[in-house]
Amino acid sequence: MTAKTFAQKAIEQASGVPDLVPGQIVDAYPDLYMSHTASWRCIRTLEKMGVDKLYDVDRVAMVMDHLSPAMTAKTASDHSLCRSFARRMGIKNFFDVNAGIAHIVLMENGLIRPGQFVIGTDSHSTIYGALGAFGTGVGFSEITAAWVTGKLWVKVPESVRIEIDGELGSGIYAKDIMLKLIGDLGADGLTYCSVEFTGSYVESMSVSERMTFCNLAMEMGAKNAFVAPDEITFAYLDEAGAPREELKVLLPDEGAEYRSTVRLDGATLSPQIAVPHTVDNVLPVGDVAGTKLDQVFIGSCANAKYDDLVIAADVLSGHKVAQDVRLIVTPASAKIMAQASASGVLATLIEAGAMITNPGCGACAGNGGAMADGEVTLSTANRNFQGRMGSYDSKIFLSSPATAAASAIRGVITDPREIEAVVA
Amino acid sequence: MSSAHRVGGKVITFGENVNTDVIIPGRYLVSIDPAELAEHAFEPLGAEVQARLRASDIVVAGRNFGCGSAREQAATCLLGAGIKAVVAASFSRVFFRNAINTGLVAVESPAAAEAASDGGEMWVDYDQGVVETGGQTFAFSPYPEVLREILADGGLIPHLMAKSGGPR
Repeated sequence: MTAKTFAQKAIEQASGVPDLVPGQIVDAYPDLYMSHTASWRCIRTLEKMGVDKLYDVDRVAMVMDHLSPAMTAKTASDHSLCRSFARRMGIKNFFDVNAGIAHIVLMENGLIRPGQFVIGTDSHSTIYGALGAFGTGVGFSEITAAWVTGKLWVKVPESVRIEIDGELGSGIYAKDIMLKLIGDLGADGLTYCSVEFTGSYVESMSVSERMTFCNLAMEMGAKNAFVAPDEITFAYLDEAGAPREELKVLLPDEGAEYRSTVRLDGATLSPQIAVPHTVDNVLPVGDVAGTKLDQVFIGSCANAKYDDLVIAADVLSGHKVAQDVRLIVTPASAKIMAQASASGVLATLIEAGAMITNPGCGACAGNGGAMADGEVTLSTANRNFQGRMGSYDSKIFLSSPATAAASAIRGVITDPREIEAVVA
Repeated sequence: MSSAHRVGGKVITFGENVNTDVIIPGRYLVSIDPAELAEHAFEPLGAEVQARLRASDIVVAGRNFGCGSAREQAATCLLGAGIKAVVAASFSRVFFRNAINTGLVAVESPAAAEAASDGGEMWVDYDQGVVETGGQTFAFSPYPEVLREILADGGLIPHLMAKSGGPR
């Protein structure tokens, strides 16, 4: 029997079609259809179709994350439409404006499991690979179609392996590795590909770091991303309420065919930064050190998980945010916010001068934290496109939470290794 | 040569890695109306580009057109602006899906994209699998049957409605 990649196995399982080869198009039946703030568009589309019976209501998951809480009457009415639809249809997996970012909320609640095929109205749905699932982004019409028919057409992708070995130096994190890869491979370096992350560093990563990896794979155009589930994954899933005996792990076969293998030695890395206006415009932080900042944003599905907040708090502890710099911290979920509150992380951040906002997409989706003409933000998010955060004449840089926190202290882009830890 | 699946007209050209935030900024996603969205298509690039877009029929671009977000309105806003097809050296996968699913013809042809001139003319026949521009003809692999059917019906939702015999 031919050795298979993860993507081949996942699509074979979701389609029921055996022996798939890259390039083949089949109908796949996803295990879960995630829709976020775009849910109202799906509901309106469903109304247009005149359909009121869904294929499987238990595969629908809705999270009100991008514009939460509502700032306009229009958004409030969109939310209201989703709430009443969820109630009427009996959608159990409905998460309201208090929950946080869809991806993180679904994973925390045990709704994403190894081997599943998941589609979402969000390009960063590749993040589900952090738990060994096949996650990919689609438009809202496709979610609506899946609600009705249970399926969508899928092209079997080619696969690429990315192997990361070596220990990272102090002040260097998963985000730095991904920025380096995006810079090297380019914004379309993995277009239409399934990317499998392997190597000793990847095996040692927490689920949160695996999320950062799989999330940012999208910025190279990947269709989905994957980290092989292991004891670290199972421990996370235990806590999320996904019992081990229910899990059906899919692993790539030894000897499966890959388009290419990319190798990176983590030990050779320095802190990295994406400069305006594309994510693949990546430089060592040192090359732009001293650039004046108006705002620092620690948030998004890429880097606002609990350990990201801990990293930022460790750097900021005993320091103050520079004058004239606004530091906005938006925890990825309510659960993470509660954890950071209980452990004192939020108090450390607030003491340093940070402003904590409600969990959700926040400034990354342009919901608060907008910039004026000529302003500059350093963000831990995953996109720095022109105008994404306010004025079309403003700039966004992207970095790790450590670089963001260090830069907030100095008010200029700063290598986190230059900030001395203050022992409390 | 005439075909029901031949679209074309005046060309507007863009560069590489044109992202969805530039095509339709996030702040306008509160709408799904093509005409309303079209007013803001390419707003970050300024009024002059927007006026030329509205006077054009075909968008031509370099590599990785539509990279970034999964927002379907990146395709809808172009349809609202009167664009009939996008011809690019390559597409981001979500934009490509959204284009087909909203009935916007999307053709990957590096050679045709290279040959096109801003303000010139281009015609795309997706049944024949050819792009014509500046007196040259470029072939591209025809769509798989499932995509061709969706496009012929004007997008995914009209396609499903046609298959089920109209609104139920």
